[in-house]
Amino acid sequence: MYTEKIIEHFKNPKHAGEIKNPDAIGQEGNPQCGDIMKIFLKIKDNRITDVKFKTFGCIAAIATSDMLCELAKGKIIEEALALTPKDIINSLGDMPPIKHHCSLLGIKALKNAITDYKTK
Amino acid sequence: MHDTIKKGDGGKMKKVYLDNGATTMIDPRVIKKMTPYFSDKYGNASSTHSFGRDAKQAIEEARAAIAKTINAKPDEIIFTSGGTESNNFAIKSIAFTNKDKGNHIIVSKTEHKCIMNACKWLEKQGFKITYLKVDKEGFVNPDDLEKAITKTTTIVSVLHGNNETGTINDIKKLAEICKKHNIYFHTDACQSYTKTDINVKKQPVDLITLNAHKIHGPKGVGALYIRKGTKIDIWQHGGAHEFDMRAGTENIHGIVGFAEAAKIAMNKKYIKHMSRLRDMLIEGILKIPKVKLNGPKGNKRLCNNANFSFKGIEGEAIGGYLDTKGIASSTGSACSAKTLESSYVLMAIGLSHQDANGSLRLTLSRFTTEEEIEYTLKVLPGIVNSLRRISPLWEE
Repeated sequence: MYTEKIIEHFKNPKHAGEIKNPDAIGQEGNPQCGDIMKIFLKIKDNRITDVKFKTFGCIAAIATSDMLCELAKGKIIEEALALTPKDIINSLGDMPPIKHHCSLLGIKALKNAITDYKTK
Repeated sequence: MHDTIKKGDGGKMKKVYLDNGATTMIDPRVIKKMTPYFSDKYGNASSTHSFGRDAKQAIEEARAAIAKTINAKPDEIIFTSGGTESNNFAIKSIAFTNKDKGNHIIVSKTEHKCIMNACKWLEKQGFKITYLKVDKEGFVNPDDLEKAITKTTTIVSVLHGNNETGTINDIKKLAEICKKHNIYFHTDACQSYTKTDINVKKQPVDLITLNAHKIHGPKGVGALYIRKGTKIDIWQHGGAHEFDMRAGTENIHGIVGFAEAAKIAMNKKYIKHMSRLRDMLIEGILKIPKVKLNGPKGNKRLCNNANFSFKGIEGEAIGGYLDTKGIASSTGSACSAKTLESSYVLMAIGLSHQDANGSLRLTLSRFTTEEEIEYTLKVLPGIVNSLRRISPLWEE
């Protein structure tokens, strides 16, 4: 059902955790659908220098959260905003169609965080 | 356990199978019993030659053996392809055969999907269904059943042992109410068969669904007990097999395996063994902070079932980490469901979406060992901690 890469990111998420004094926080999801993701950003000179996540969710939700962080790290805000669910899925190899919505969760949380940053 | 049988992949990684509610390993004694019927005694039981006679004899012996386990008569046992077929047969055929009496059916909110989806289909055919609520432990209140009965009710179906919560409903009481009102009572006993007493002389149940693969028998075979005198037509049409009640060439090796599995499973020492390990598991897991047991405790719970909700984390993720440690489990989480909906059974016992999504089911068998339970109890707290550390819903 899951690719090896998904299982690897699920088992050893490199970006799981919290950032102390983050420059932005974004959250998405609700307990009813099963998934909630919270993302923490450090931003310097318009560039995402560090990113961490906390996720309540399944194997796919945790793996996509981790991959999103990997893709977002080092990018300038405009590039990060251009990330799509497809970018996450492609980077993970493949994902069962029923789990595709998990990748959207991360994208939305990231957008919410950037909105949070811009409105500060 | 006394039965020392090698499981898993030859010892490369520790493998612990705690998903026996889904299906079980076939007992090697069952396989041995089945083997001649693949390549030696492979006749069609309808044939009159010696091959056919051998097959016929084997089926009738199996029928008598299954009947004995529930104190029924052999001709009250109809072999089917399994629990799903038996459930469909019972509820649909009783509904249609007794249409002249009425079109009302009563089931509980915690039935297996095959009863639920059969009911949805029956609604489209003009039948009216009442779904009985259950209490916090998953029990149907007999008073609720009695209140729901109308003049047009023809059949009531209530699960015996619940596949998720392990709740064992009081089928004696429920069946007695139905008998009083002259209504048929069916129970799906796939999970409870051989794990708690079923006795049709003491419990006035009219129809009982049984299957083989939950009791270390083969997949694809089951039975429907139909009490003598029950007004029910054939549902699957064809040849005159199974007293003209269920057509189709009999699954001879499956039926032989089913009977052998049932005979072995009837030994009460297995109930004792599973109950002891179940309670050890429950006690150990409840030591983890913010965990609750779903379903009842003690002898009103299936001896092999444990089901928990872990605060702040999701069941498929717990199962995913357990899998990396070689432990097989299941969950009622929306994430693992093809419909992406939380378990309706856990919702029916009053769990929030979050708690239903944070559920983990561990189901034992007679082959489960104390060492396997100890191993599970050793790895699970660490998994729960590491998932909680990355959960936005968990505050230390």
